[in-house]
Amino acid sequence: MANDADLTGHDAAPEMCADPSSAAAAPQPPKHSARRALTKITRGTYLKEAALKNLFLLCAFVAVAGVALIFIFVGIKGWPIFGKVGIFDFLGGATWFPTKGHFGILPLIINSLLAMTGALVLGGPLAVGTAVFLSEVASPRARALVRPAVELLAGIPSVVYGFFGLVLLRPIIADLFGGLGFGLLTVWLILAVMIVPTIATLTEDALNSVPEGIREASYSMGATKWQTIWRVLLPAAKIGIIDAIILGMGRAIGETMAVVMVAGNASVIPADVLKPFLTLTTVIVMDMPYASGDHRTALFGVAIILFVISMIFVAAIRVISRFGKRVG
Amino acid sequence: MSERLASLLQDQASVGSGRDKFEVKKLDFFYDKFNALTDITVGIAEHAVTAFIGPSGCGKSTFLRCLNRMNDLIPGTRVEGQILLDGQEIHGPGVDPVDLRRRVGMIFQQPNPFPMSIYDNVAYGPRLHGMRKKSELDGIVEESLKRANLWKEVKDILGRGGLTLSGGQQQRLCIARVLAVEPDVLLMDEPCSAIDPTSVQKVEDLMAELKDRITIVIVTHNMQQAARVSDFTAFFLQEMAGEPAHLIEFERTAALFTSPKDKRTEDYITGRFG
Repeated sequence: MANDADLTGHDAAPEMCADPSSAAAAPQPPKHSARRALTKITRGTYLKEAALKNLFLLCAFVAVAGVALIFIFVGIKGWPIFGKVGIFDFLGGATWFPTKGHFGILPLIINSLLAMTGALVLGGPLAVGTAVFLSEVASPRARALVRPAVELLAGIPSVVYGFFGLVLLRPIIADLFGGLGFGLLTVWLILAVMIVPTIATLTEDALNSVPEGIREASYSMGATKWQTIWRVLLPAAKIGIIDAIILGMGRAIGETMAVVMVAGNASVIPADVLKPFLTLTTVIVMDMPYASGDHRTALFGVAIILFVISMIFVAAIRVISRFGKRVG
Repeated sequence: MSERLASLLQDQASVGSGRDKFEVKKLDFFYDKFNALTDITVGIAEHAVTAFIGPSGCGKSTFLRCLNRMNDLIPGTRVEGQILLDGQEIHGPGVDPVDLRRRVGMIFQQPNPFPMSIYDNVAYGPRLHGMRKKSELDGIVEESLKRANLWKEVKDILGRGGLTLSGGQQQRLCIARVLAVEPDVLLMDEPCSAIDPTSVQKVEDLMAELKDRITIVIVTHNMQQAARVSDFTAFFLQEMAGEPAHLIEFERTAALFTSPKDKRTEDYITGRFG
């Protein structure tokens, strides 16, 4: 019944508007007297809203345009090398000797993956352990000390890491294991520390976003702190931790400055972890100043490969997160 | 006073096992310097349901969490007085809170299943305590889910995530998870306030079935619920903000609701405040 009454009320409204003079003159029916017409949006508000919306759109556009421009530029500059050498010989060729016309980047790809994997094996557990400490174990005071320290690690310029590696770590490794100290071992140690803040910060976020009720549930079942961390919290934060590790991988494989200073830069797959080696990133730094012609094009080709690796990492994170949402 | 005590003891004899599972003596509880509870002395009858009622902030949940030392997890909390479980001081030197919590299980207001399969949720406790054999675990999982009145609904989807269940089912999953470690006592902190009415009915039925073997303590805001499910009721009240809460009255449930001895209890249960 009440609905019917409302409907009639609505039907009547347009008629009243159609004749404004009579509507203004005639007193409103008493049941409407307490109601007030809704204020119309002002032109100023409308323009401000529209302007802000477009401002933010512009910001987003600049970011996208930046990526697109780099991709196009690198693509145009590097693409010809695939035609010249052939994409399989470029990716699969075992010799990188550009001044002699050998443009095989397989050793560089393998070296980059070796550097990344070792850094991950050393730095990943260190970072996840740090995150568990910060999120689950540390007293507020310890947390106040450790967290800024970890964040500071992220803020140190990579050239400083490289310098540290070169003058401090390299001689120690040379003394302990022989050789010059340029090689995978030194790079692993440096990169392991460099990826800690990326992985630790994101893992800590993932652990903090696990609902408190889940911790309580575990403790209330007679689980120890260790059991709660190992059996409930880490599995619950799994997706976030995997994302963190992939971002750490991206950081490790993309790192250039610190690596170039301690890697020794020989364009071969190293025979052991103490021998010099060259990676996808460091080859660009080393060769770009003097490269010309096909050599230069090949370096842009390497940049394309790095770009593709980044895209694979980003895609992996997206796929994993979506998968996690479906399961969770 | 002694007459009252005598009649109380007599009443107690007729429900449960006739002895107290928990004896709490002169308990004070502190959050840092704030004295949240004071002078709580109460006995909790074995194999019966005891309800804690009172307005929000009256310390009933805090008291509940003293019984399995969950408050230990909050930094800066402190207990004075005694809590005896089967005659043994739970804060005594060398008492492992982890072992205490195995014997005194807990259900929370918000259902909190782990983000893992229904099966793994229920098998969590037994696995913690070292059980590995698949056949034994299967048996415990089925038995616990049956006792929690959830088996029929989930027996074909044990591999599905616990969080895919409805709120009421999740709460019964949590109950099954606790039952799987065979606790002596089940503490329930407003277990029904976040679930739908049908599930509330199921949980209440469940409590009646469980109390043959388990001592149940339930905190509830819902006085009808306290009246329906419990054998004993304790009324807590914090009379002034900033002052500690007291145990105002502790009686057989029927007696407390029909003829409260304390004016404040009467005011609360007749809805004059709270």
